[in-house]
Amino acid sequence: MTTLSSSQEILPPPSERKTLQGWLLKNLFGSVADTILTILAGSFLIWLIYVIIKWILVTAKWAAVSDNLQLYMKGQYPGSADWRIWTLMILLGLLSGLAWGIYLKRAEAVGWVLLIVVLILAFWMTILHRAAWWKLVAVDVVAIAGYFLGKQFPEKLKRPTYILMLLYMPLVILMIRGFGEGGFMPLVTTNLWGGLLLSLLLAIFGIVFSFPIGVLLALGRQSKLPALKTLSVLYIELIRGVPLVTLLFMGQLMLPFFLPQGISIDRVIRAVVAIIMFAAAYMAENVRGGLQSIPKGQGEAADALGLSGYQKMTFIILPQALRAVIPVLVGQFIGLFKDTSLVALVGLLDLVGISRSVLANADYIGRQLEVFAFIALIYWVFSYGMSYSSSRLETALGVGER
Amino acid sequence: MSNDPIIKCQDVHKWYGDFHVLRGVNMNVRKGEVVVVFGPSGSGKSTFIRCINRLEEHQKGHIIVDGIELSHDVRNIAAIRKEVGMVFQQFNLFPHLTVMQNITLGPIYVRKWDKEKAEAIAIKLLKRVGIPEQAKKYPGQLSGGQQQRVAIARALAMQPKIMLFDEPTSALDPEMIKEVLEVMEELAESGMTMIVVTHEMGFARAVADTMYFFDEGQIVETGSPEDVFLNPQEDRTKLFLSQILSH
Repeated sequence: MTTLSSSQEILPPPSERKTLQGWLLKNLFGSVADTILTILAGSFLIWLIYVIIKWILVTAKWAAVSDNLQLYMKGQYPGSADWRIWTLMILLGLLSGLAWGIYLKRAEAVGWVLLIVVLILAFWMTILHRAAWWKLVAVDVVAIAGYFLGKQFPEKLKRPTYILMLLYMPLVILMIRGFGEGGFMPLVTTNLWGGLLLSLLLAIFGIVFSFPIGVLLALGRQSKLPALKTLSVLYIELIRGVPLVTLLFMGQLMLPFFLPQGISIDRVIRAVVAIIMFAAAYMAENVRGGLQSIPKGQGEAADALGLSGYQKMTFIILPQALRAVIPVLVGQFIGLFKDTSLVALVGLLDLVGISRSVLANADYIGRQLEVFAFIALIYWVFSYGMSYSSSRLETALGVGER
Repeated sequence: MSNDPIIKCQDVHKWYGDFHVLRGVNMNVRKGEVVVVFGPSGSGKSTFIRCINRLEEHQKGHIIVDGIELSHDVRNIAAIRKEVGMVFQQFNLFPHLTVMQNITLGPIYVRKWDKEKAEAIAIKLLKRVGIPEQAKKYPGQLSGGQQQRVAIARALAMQPKIMLFDEPTSALDPEMIKEVLEVMEELAESGMTMIVVTHEMGFARAVADTMYFFDEGQIVETGSPEDVFLNPQEDRTKLFLSQILSH
């Protein structure tokens, strides 16, 4: 039998002194076996780092990368139209700054997210034009100016910023594509779009469109209307049962047979539609998970207040459901971004496609490792950027958790 | 207290699958009347009050609230829900909205009041339930008793004619039960029409005009608190009262 101590003292928790020596002794050299493992693992690590650094600095021939930087970044996109990309970048900087300034109190993370995106894009543009540092500075200055403006006049600028954000995506297409023969923004056909520019466009449009479609499908699947429910389930299960590559090939090879003579749909559009269709089905299932995590009482409370079905969804259920699945959704966005590399298989020149065409050049034979290490780094920077932004967003939205 | 019934329930039946939950419930509630519904768990008392604002659908009989009959007509349901406030056992506050937003959501989007008016009323109500300083907090930052008081304020903000309470104190610690009951007592004295499902017999004795004892989906006994407590007629009522009053 144990007896309760009669002492009424409030004791501090036992302290643990943290010194480097103590830490080493405890974690790395605690016993003979530990010591042996530490030495073995340590030697392997040092060897590995040595090999990698040696490869990067000595063995690797980076010409395949450095000679073709422009190709990796934007494919065959003409240099005379670069200003359009820069204009869009500066606008993105302004929007990010404004959003950051306006929403700082409620969602500081939104600003951070957008700022990080801008910085990453700016980094890319600096590689593109080695002498373009001043444009990079311009993007940042505009972003910071936007931040202070947004902070100063949050109420006045809320609506314009919101409208600008909605207009931004159409503007991206309009400016990158251009129109007409001559004029100040001549048409740049999509077969000239390539590299990271194409990868990002595919990913951004994939995300922006698959998200709402996925939410609608998830709602459809939960609907009480049998027709709507059946259609949603059919769509989701059909698409989820097929690999993305198949959809891409169907879009590129089979679709033309079914279209009437003389009508053709742009290849990039066909690819992006396949990506959207595919991602939407998965998105729907993730969102459904969020919807099911919301207690029944929430919907009942909304009903009891007299909110309509639409109001109940937009004000009560969806905000909570989507917040619950942010980590999953961001994981899916990252996956979608990397999945865009599959379009290389149907002949589009995205990052992977352009790499394959560079490697087909006789000058760069056998340089696969360098090229793929380079584009892997690019994919990583963007994927990690998204992952980091999402964790910031989660922290910011964590307020008032149940 | 006037004599025209604001809620009329005639022969209300409901089934969950094969299970006959409500077996012909009749109840008339006058304007300003405070009704306490009690009975063993599973007796259908919660299901019954949830039928009054159509959170549950009754399959037979008539429910007429404030002159409007509950039917499949969505407009009728919306009209009745506007006039009937409800407080739940689990509070069901919206955790992603502040206390203020919780309270003003209904008035702004259902009553279509402007934000200033809704917020002014919300502040008044928060004062009335004794927590004016919590307006900017989120529900998760409040104690259970405070949350339930916000839930009452949220329901009152719609300026309903009738308030339904579905075991409002069952999920609370003993010391928080008191603060919620005080708010409800004040509300009853102000002349609000209330139907309260509760096991708080002290509350019932103090404020109820009429008590209904439910068992197996039927009203077994009804009467004023004195009748029911001091002179119950039915054996089942006596047994139930002896069980809940003996400790």
